[in-house]
Amino acid sequence: MENVLIEKVLTRNIGPDQTPTDMAAYEANGGYRALHKVMAGMTPNDCLEVVKASNLRGRGGAGFPTGMKWSFVPMGEKCTPGHKYLVTNADEMEPGTFKDRLLMECDPHQLIEGMILAAYTIEADRSYIFIRGEYVVAIERLEQALVDCYKKGYLGENILGSGYDLEMHVHTSAGRYICGEETALINALEGKRANPRAKPPFPQVSGLWGRPTIVNNVETLCNIPHIIDRGAEWFQSLGIGEDSGTKMFGASGHVKNPGCWELPMGTPIREILEQHAGGMTDGRKLKGFLPGGGSTDFLVEEHLDLPMDYGSIGAAGSRMGTGTMIILDDKTCPVGMVLNLIRFFAHESCGFCTPCREGLPWTRQVLEDIEAGRGRKEDLDTLVRQVKYIGSMGNTHCALAPGAMEPLQSALKYFQSDFEAHVEQGCCPYAADMKAQDITTVQGERA
Amino acid sequence: MSEHQLIQSDIALSAEEIRQIDVELAHIPQKSGAAIDALKIVQSQRGWVSDEALVAIARYLDMSPEALEGVATFYNLIYRQPVGDKVVLFCDSVSCWICGCDGVKQKISEKLGVDYGETTADNQYTLIPVPCLGACDKAPVMMVGDDLHTNLDDQKIDQIFAKRTGEGEDC
Ligand SMILES: Cc1cc2nc3c(=O)[nH]c(=O)nc-3n(C[C@H](O)[C@H](O)[C@H](O)COP(=O)(O)O)c2cc1C
Ligand code: SF4
Ligand code: FES
Repeated sequence: MENVLIEKVLTRNIGPDQTPTDMAAYEANGGYRALHKVMAGMTPNDCLEVVKASNLRGRGGAGFPTGMKWSFVPMGEKCTPGHKYLVTNADEMEPGTFKDRLLMECDPHQLIEGMILAAYTIEADRSYIFIRGEYVVAIERLEQALVDCYKKGYLGENILGSGYDLEMHVHTSAGRYICGEETALINALEGKRANPRAKPPFPQVSGLWGRPTIVNNVETLCNIPHIIDRGAEWFQSLGIGEDSGTKMFGASGHVKNPGCWELPMGTPIREILEQHAGGMTDGRKLKGFLPGGGSTDFLVEEHLDLPMDYGSIGAAGSRMGTGTMIILDDKTCPVGMVLNLIRFFAHESCGFCTPCREGLPWTRQVLEDIEAGRGRKEDLDTLVRQVKYIGSMGNTHCALAPGAMEPLQSALKYFQSDFEAHVEQGCCPYAADMKAQDITTVQGERA
Repeated sequence: MSEHQLIQSDIALSAEEIRQIDVELAHIPQKSGAAIDALKIVQSQRGWVSDEALVAIARYLDMSPEALEGVATFYNLIYRQPVGDKVVLFCDSVSCWICGCDGVKQKISEKLGVDYGETTADNQYTLIPVPCLGACDKAPVMMVGDDLHTNLDDQKIDQIFAKRTGEGEDC
């Protein structure tokens, strides 16, 4: 059941068949109108004020207010001479996250227009799309879109006669989840190993090549043309609760209709799962879910009526993260699911600091033992201790390790009896169900 | 002996590789900044990055081979060992796991006779696990070369790797 009243903004050019939107189609539907408006007479500060007033918050996971982030960039005379950079974070490797791919594959110009406007606002003259190498279709379409933009005079020197110059490049990454962390991303762009940098200095002041740099998520930047075009008040009115705008929400796992939908910020979780995702597949019940990717805390059935916005999900002990939910059902082992996530994080640790590099493999080992039926009762206490040490912000150099602990700490809280059952029975109580799925359901239920 | 002669004594970068690396260098303030781009460019031409190719890139970017090796080994999409004609990037992350990717992986291993990190005897495929491919609504998924394959099950694996059992064309 589609709600006809929902206004599509980010996906207004994205139909069910997901045909890519080219320059002509993009412009025919109001594309680059904001760019013309700005180049015809808005100052960078005018743009900044609109974005600030819109209350747009970063869609990369942390929800930091975008206007405030941009306001830390030294401007005009206050900035030492040299380049400034605007970088799109298109690394999208957070497990269970699949929204930026759709936005880039189906409407590359929307991102590019957002980037030009953002770059203009911070007076950047160089910009990069840092995109994971596996996104070959998105890379191809973005590169074509860049060529079209240079031809039209939307990029390059003296954009639309305004005197403003901007270069834009696609940088394809060579892998590793840690590249999504913004200071690690900057090191990767400099051709180095992607270890995160110490903050301060913050990238807004000293980022790429020591110059002021803004890193924003794809979805964040896709909002900018609409905010500039239609104003801060309009953008605020799109959200149902305190937060502004729309959001790309998604659901994966054993739901009838897994997918990604643009809905008002603050849409109740139940509506996303039941109306849009179609509810659980037959024979399975909801056991829990990660609201926004692999490094967010589990929520459970009692949270279904919460609105998906930063404050509400935060108050419930989790994070909205990327907004793409991973659904755990009653036939899938929660210990196994957490083990899968910890394996991922242990593998993706950049190795820079000890709690993460040594701690995560230890956690993985403990979980492997429990899942395989070799666990002892003390192991559960060990896990609690590990959560405390590895998960405390400040014990590690970046947020990867604390993020890794979020699904574990909440699983210990909500699914404690499952952990205990593994230890008491000396095996995984879900083994039979999981084996059955390997043989049948993959073919059966997912057309 | 000049630096120029030293370069010539090793494997040289091709004109095309140099052209592509120079495009990147044009917007990067320091030569070493193009390290990852250069590794990817050479890999796209040669399939992988051999020791000799690594030395050639390092020389071209005024880097020590050791420093470049440190960069190359950090990134999982830079192959420092030969790979087959196509790399199979198999997603083993959480949504694919929930949707039964372990069983699909087993099927692929049986079909191709390889485990993770191995290349088929005929050099066609190398199987490598990869983090979430951002297609979790179509789990389980994998990439074969540049192509994304979604909603994998045993039948799909049979179709995708059909040629290997003489049943028809790969798709
Ligand atoms: C380990 C780790 C991985 C991250 N991966 C991504 C990513 O793939 N994409 C992204 O946009 N942000 C990612 N982030 C968040 C970025 O560091 C940064 O906060 C974000 O790009 C800022 O954009 P925003 O302000 O528009 O949200 C990651 C953070 C951490 C700690
Ligand atoms: S927490 Fe992990 S990923 Fe982050 S800097 Fe430390 S070792 Fe690297
Ligand atoms: S978990 Fe496999 S594509 Fe996301």
